[in-house]
Amino acid sequence: MATQTITSEQNKNVWGGGNEPFGASYGKLMMWFFLLSDALTFSGFLTAYGLIRFRFSDVWPVPESVFTHFPGLEGDHPLLYVALMTFILIMSSVTMVLAVNAGHHMKKDKVTLWLLLTIVGGFIFLGSQAWEWYHFIKGEHGSVKVENHVYYIADENGHRVSLAQLVHGIEHAHHGDHHEKFTDSQVISAFLANKDMRLKDPGKVGKTYSRSESESLIKKSSVVQGANLKENEYGHTLFANFFFFITGFHGFHVFSGVVINIVIFANVLLGTYERRGHYEMVEKVGLYWHFVDLVWVFVFTFFYLV
Amino acid sequence: MAHVHDEKKMVKTIWIVFFILLIVTAVEVILGIIHPEPLMVEVMGTRLLNHIFIVLTLLKAYYIVAYFMHVKYERKNLIWTLTLPTLILIPYLTFIVLTEGSYMYKIGF
Repeated sequence: MATQTITSEQNKNVWGGGNEPFGASYGKLMMWFFLLSDALTFSGFLTAYGLIRFRFSDVWPVPESVFTHFPGLEGDHPLLYVALMTFILIMSSVTMVLAVNAGHHMKKDKVTLWLLLTIVGGFIFLGSQAWEWYHFIKGEHGSVKVENHVYYIADENGHRVSLAQLVHGIEHAHHGDHHEKFTDSQVISAFLANKDMRLKDPGKVGKTYSRSESESLIKKSSVVQGANLKENEYGHTLFANFFFFITGFHGFHVFSGVVINIVIFANVLLGTYERRGHYEMVEKVGLYWHFVDLVWVFVFTFFYLV
Repeated sequence: MAHVHDEKKMVKTIWIVFFILLIVTAVEVILGIIHPEPLMVEVMGTRLLNHIFIVLTLLKAYYIVAYFMHVKYERKNLIWTLTLPTLILIPYLTFIVLTEGSYMYKIGF
């Protein structure tokens, strides 16, 4: 191959160009340097999340009580859905590396198959993320807030009570329409009428307030249901902001990855790389795709697990 | 180029790495759901469980970078060019930012 002839000429022509000091082509090297800078960008975001989380460590929402939905299942299933998303992304990383491997051996049919499966995996991941965002935005329990501080409703033992349970009674389980919108006065009067109800801080510490403290707070409160950039029912405003920003930025990477994969896939079908004599383009895009998986591994740990 | 290993052997390696990643993720999820009591003790500012999560995450990251991203088979100079900046800058940034975060919590800034 070309590399061999270059190595033999290397001694007389070291500075004459045409060498590959890293043993990697220009394109591959540039992809690596891009990924390096992107890794630092993501670590900037995740450490910023860490800073804010450490700053508000006593009231920061507990992730496993925020992300508890699983399609088709009732009740709380913490981590299960993100675990599935992680599995999907790792799986699509495997199909990608199999496509790269097939490319090394110039097997067009295998490259086509594995690349197609990678694209499918990417779409499934994006769909899963959309589903998760939908539930995050819509919310589940509902909370109240007083001057930007979010409080959960809880019973006297500190167990969380949803707004629907507060207004319609405790036995009103998660059936039916639990996305009903409640007004401030509805919630305040229901809270004042039920002497068992308390207010509670979000977070691991989760301080429960006394009945008299709760009563004076609830009178000044307004209802928060669901999440947006200005307020969210899970706790601190920045929690949702970081969630949208970090998973959104990662999701945007996945989306770009899928688009690039489709372009490469079309080129594989057209035989572009067959004519070129190598499938290095699949390898370069593969690097990007694995990087997206790598970032998710860290997002999974620092956003959902820790 | 470094791609002299035969196809079958490489495919086998890929699937082994996949199962390692799968098992590590499964362990993380199980630990995250059951929260074993002995692992909830505070060690160096956070729960022991969180340290375990971080170690397992770095393990997964190693397998993805080394095998899927093929870094293990690259030349030494490329390996160091890629790993040294990340291994120095990211822990450094994490350290100063998290230290600052706990200080801000302490003084209520």
